[in-house]
Amino acid sequence: MRNLLGFLSRNSFFLFFLFLEGVAALLLFQNNRFQRSEFLNSSNAASGSFYQLVNNATMYFDLAEINEQLAAENADLRRQLTGSKIEIFGKNFIINDTVYQQAYNFTEATVINSTVSKANNYITLNKGSFAGVEAGMGVIGPQGIIGIVKTVSTRFSSVMTVLHTQSKVSAKLKDQRYLGSLVWDGKDYQYGQLIDIPKNANVMLGDTVISSGYSSIFPTGINLATVTSIEKPEGKNFYDITVKLINDFKKIEKVYVVKNVLREEQDKLEAEAQEGDNND
Amino acid sequence: MIRQILTFTLLFLFLIALQVLVLNNIQLGGYLNPYLYVLFVLLLPFDTPKWLLLIVAFALGFGVDLFSSTMGMHTMAIVFMAFLRPGVLKLIAPRDGYDASQKPGLQDFDFRWFLTYASILTFAHHFLLFFIEVFRFSDFFFTFSKVITSSGFTILLLLVSQLFNYNAQAKR
Repeated sequence: MRNLLGFLSRNSFFLFFLFLEGVAALLLFQNNRFQRSEFLNSSNAASGSFYQLVNNATMYFDLAEINEQLAAENADLRRQLTGSKIEIFGKNFIINDTVYQQAYNFTEATVINSTVSKANNYITLNKGSFAGVEAGMGVIGPQGIIGIVKTVSTRFSSVMTVLHTQSKVSAKLKDQRYLGSLVWDGKDYQYGQLIDIPKNANVMLGDTVISSGYSSIFPTGINLATVTSIEKPEGKNFYDITVKLINDFKKIEKVYVVKNVLREEQDKLEAEAQEGDNND
Repeated sequence: MIRQILTFTLLFLFLIALQVLVLNNIQLGGYLNPYLYVLFVLLLPFDTPKWLLLIVAFALGFGVDLFSSTMGMHTMAIVFMAFLRPGVLKLIAPRDGYDASQKPGLQDFDFRWFLTYASILTFAHHFLLFFIEVFRFSDFFFTFSKVITSSGFTILLLLVSQLFNYNAQAKR
């Protein structure tokens, strides 16, 4: 017993160090494995409102550019209005839309905190569960996909961006059937990788990569990136394709949270189908 | 004593704010992230009790983590650095040891001493931080190059911060 006490007092500094590192490691793993970050990360109320404050001040510097972006988008939307189209068949027609049903709803949100230089990047939005944002919803910007909502508090939400080593977005090349995934290797925030495109596909430099719509998170056909380099590695069936992301993740300010109205139905059906497998 | 505590409290808050609001937004080429808040642990007086050193470092790391949504990362790195500090100080001690009235900065020691002191500890901090962040050893050299370049940048900023201090001393 005396030896034990002696050991403890001789190494108290080292043991205290180990204790504090243990606490830090606990924080680290708690937070990273379960993403249970409502309390401690930037989507919690305290630091969330703090960033809102900072953002209110810094937002003015980017106003010119945001205005330009919004104006471009406005013009695009205005082009789609009935007012800017001529009526081919004159005034005598009735619209009774039984063909189309709304599948995606969009909620506008502002980015109040973001990173691009980490290996796993998150952004924080100023909309939370009060505005109908839920975990698992997609987030898109004026140009292309931003990421997927990871955690939500009442007034803020934290989004795992495409710039995350675990992010995987179902994607395909425009006008081609082959399905691949857009991933990020954690290096340059401007470039991602398109994987799982088989070698018999016909890929060209400058081809556009779009979302496939298979994941039930994002609508189909959103522009994601353009192909900048193509490699055919020996002994593999797939291309190594490097793509330049259309979004500049350093500049995003206004984004839209995407709610797939039919997702629940799709997920339920798919789960039921797989359950049938297990019972056999 | 009271004055010293007050100075260090202000420095503590200032460094966290500087780190979170300014330096976290600096990324040159995706490689350079300076972490100047290590300055706080470097500047603590020589006669700081060892246990206090660890607690203060823990609080500092926790503060930075809280606002960077990187729970635990900075805390682990800075506590490790504080743990190494007494050993490093002993290793590079001048022949007649340290005087309690001296401060571990450029005003009381020569350039070579401060550079060695700051470099070893900053490198240890950055090394642990960047490897906890990616949490894997594949791409070792890519991460290592980030450690090297960012350490260089941080050390440069540390030296600049010392010049501020130096001038203030000279004017008196």
